[in-house]
Amino acid sequence: MNPLVTPELGLVVWTTVAFALLFFILAKFAWKPIMGAITERERSIEDALLKAEAAKEEMSRLTNENESLIKQARAERDLILSEARKVKESIISEAKETAHKEGARMIELARVEINNQKAIALADVKNQVATLSLEIAEKILRKQFEDQAKQDELVSQLLKEVKL
Amino acid sequence: MDFRPVLNSKKITLGIVLSVFSLFVSVKAFAFQEKNAAEPATETKEEGKFDPTETIMEHISDSHYFHIGGKLAMPLPVILYTDKGLEVFMSSVFEEGEKIHEGKYYKYALIHDKIKAVTGEDKTEDATAKVYDLSITKNVASMLLSMVILLLVFLSVASTYKKRAGKAPKGLQSFLEPIILFVRDDIALPNIGYKYARFMPLLLTVFFFILINNLIGLVPFFPGGSNLTGNIAVTMVLSVITLLVVNLNGNKHYWAHIFVPSTVPVWLWPLWWVVELLGIFSKPFALMIRLFANITAGHIIVLALISLIFVFKSVAIAPVSVAFVVFMDVLELLVAMLQAFIFTLLTALFIGTAIEEHHH
Repeated sequence: MNPLVTPELGLVVWTTVAFALLFFILAKFAWKPIMGAITERERSIEDALLKAEAAKEEMSRLTNENESLIKQARAERDLILSEARKVKESIISEAKETAHKEGARMIELARVEINNQKAIALADVKNQVATLSLEIAEKILRKQFEDQAKQDELVSQLLKEVKL
Repeated sequence: MDFRPVLNSKKITLGIVLSVFSLFVSVKAFAFQEKNAAEPATETKEEGKFDPTETIMEHISDSHYFHIGGKLAMPLPVILYTDKGLEVFMSSVFEEGEKIHEGKYYKYALIHDKIKAVTGEDKTEDATAKVYDLSITKNVASMLLSMVILLLVFLSVASTYKKRAGKAPKGLQSFLEPIILFVRDDIALPNIGYKYARFMPLLLTVFFFILINNLIGLVPFFPGGSNLTGNIAVTMVLSVITLLVVNLNGNKHYWAHIFVPSTVPVWLWPLWWVVELLGIFSKPFALMIRLFANITAGHIIVLALISLIFVFKSVAIAPVSVAFVVFMDVLELLVAMLQAFIFTLLTALFIGTAIEEHHH
């Protein structure tokens, strides 16, 4: 048999021993820590990536939320503004109406007052005229009846007129 | 367990490993000088002939010496388990097969780089002796070197992971992490499924063990160049591991598919059993042959191209040879990674089919 394909006992034994030794030492002191460290690092990297992804999602969620909030706020603002405008308009129109009514009422009152005052004033004037007339009449009468003769004449005249 | 002090002195450790290697080298070199001085005639005579087959076979098969260059070689420890007891000595005693070593129990000779128990000086084999060669050969030394490299690299990377928990990878860690992730995401996960984590240590060890040894095999100078993953014994052990892991983890669907296939008529079952049982062994067998053949073929081609220079005995052929060798080496670099990938991928695939829950 060709020596190349004849396994020698010595080399078989030494290879078995050496490989077994190498396997156990490397398995315990090299492969275990190395594979452990690689797996651990991969896990941490994956974890970090997942976290980053989650953060990104959270971020986009927040952005969306913000946008919707802004939109909502904008709509609300518009609503409030339009309402305010309406209120303003109604207030203004109301005020105008009120003012109008009040004005009319006051004018009416003023008219009534004026009329009253006019009546009072007229009454006053009438009184004054009456008083004056009476005073004048009195003065005239006084003047006329200053002397006794005249008074007597009148009395006699009056008496004459009385027909019994 | 804290490896930091070890890792801090990584360079020192490497230095020690290399200096131990070079210690043996210097001793051997001295020994060879003596020998060359004694026998100059035989050397010149042998230089005339060049046998590429012999050279190539010598390079791709295992050896009791770790050749460095020229006649320089590092002797390796010989460990023999005989029926009488254990024998341990350095391979330098054989002086490249020239001498017979008188051991404690038997006399030994190195015949075609194999240690045999012999009766006397004539190198006839001692039939009564039962000798099992458990020596640290070139391939074993190379494998130990690869183990040292793998342990230094991955224990240091593991400590970096502990130190820099949760941080981005750095340095060697960032070079190896994509490969580890490749094994996990492209080999283990798609083939095994969610239960992949249990088999990751095995797949990673197999992948890097094959890869580093393929790469060491491509290094043309000492301490590389050994044909470890192109050795049938090594690929056999690796594929037996695959066989065991696959079948020990096989769930009831896997075994039911083999022994009580509901879609197959009962009279066909015996034939089915034969085919399926053959399949159990043929799959790892294919793994064994694939890795062995690919790596060995690569080594043979590179060595054959280099041998061309010596076959033609001309320097003019060298540029052509070197150009082809560079091309082949680049290709082999791809094959080194590809074979490590395929072996791991198929192991994962077999495990996947054995533990698959849903069956059809």
